[in-house]
Amino acid sequence: MRELSLNIMDIAQNSVRAEASELAIRCVEDTAAHTLTIELEDNGKGMSEEQIACVTDPFFTTRTTRKVGLGVPLFKMAAEQTGGSFRITSAPGKGTLTAAVFNTDNVDMTPLGNINATVGLLINANPDMDFVFERRIDDKSFTLDTKQMREMLGDVPLNNPDVALWISSYLEENENDLFGGITNEIIS
Amino acid sequence: MKSLAELQAIRDKARTQLNIRNENENNIRVLVGMATCGIAAGARPVLNAFVEECAKRGLENVTVTQTGCIGICQYEPVVEVVVPGEEKVTYVKMDAEKALKVVNDHLVNRNVVTEYTIGKYSE
Repeated sequence: MRELSLNIMDIAQNSVRAEASELAIRCVEDTAAHTLTIELEDNGKGMSEEQIACVTDPFFTTRTTRKVGLGVPLFKMAAEQTGGSFRITSAPGKGTLTAAVFNTDNVDMTPLGNINATVGLLINANPDMDFVFERRIDDKSFTLDTKQMREMLGDVPLNNPDVALWISSYLEENENDLFGGITNEIIS
Repeated sequence: MKSLAELQAIRDKARTQLNIRNENENNIRVLVGMATCGIAAGARPVLNAFVEECAKRGLENVTVTQTGCIGICQYEPVVEVVVPGEEKVTYVKMDAEKALKVVNDHLVNRNVVTEYTIGKYSE
């Protein structure tokens, strides 16, 4: 994967398939420690300990169209190649937390890339799910919460074309604000 | 800055438009393969192009959605276009530019872009 945001899109699909109704995506950067922490937490059906042990194996997948499953292994590799770490916490019926820590000053750090496109498309493609997206850099942060959006939208679905365009400008404006108008070279 | 309050305006606008999106039997479906293979091959810009172009053109009868891996990973990014009453069309090796052509030619003018289809590609 050329961008970590693509890995996030891929991992998020696991939550969709696990019938989650809520998914939180958190990207937290600590500039002093040179770390980026990415967490995906859902309320899906979760996994047994046996399954957790299997998901980092590329030759394990729950699907039937092919014999390999590279989503989790690729995400884990992206974190570990920077000297970072990767963990999955899950229990049946309790949902799943996937967390990866990246050392941003490592030469093998993959850029986060266009995370806004990932979040926008996830909401657009799964209008019945709720998403909370948090982007934090040190003590500055912003959040997009689809539950708050629904309160304003009433019965208008989240995949309404005008809503999709609103989400994309909302994320872009807040990201610019977070970086004070300049783009962080390491992350973007 | 964008505010949540603007969503109320979007809601009011949407309510005035008689939206028959879901009940319409003539709904065209665009399915973009977004499994690991599709994403790695560049499916996200393709999906984005379909969503944004359909929004800009106000194509009410088109539903753009994502699907999983259909087993032809070597041809990703793969896009399937399902027009009711017609045979499903599978486009392969897509990119954002090709997506715009498919919106224009296939979704709007109903001419299949033969050069991008799997049949043409595997010849």
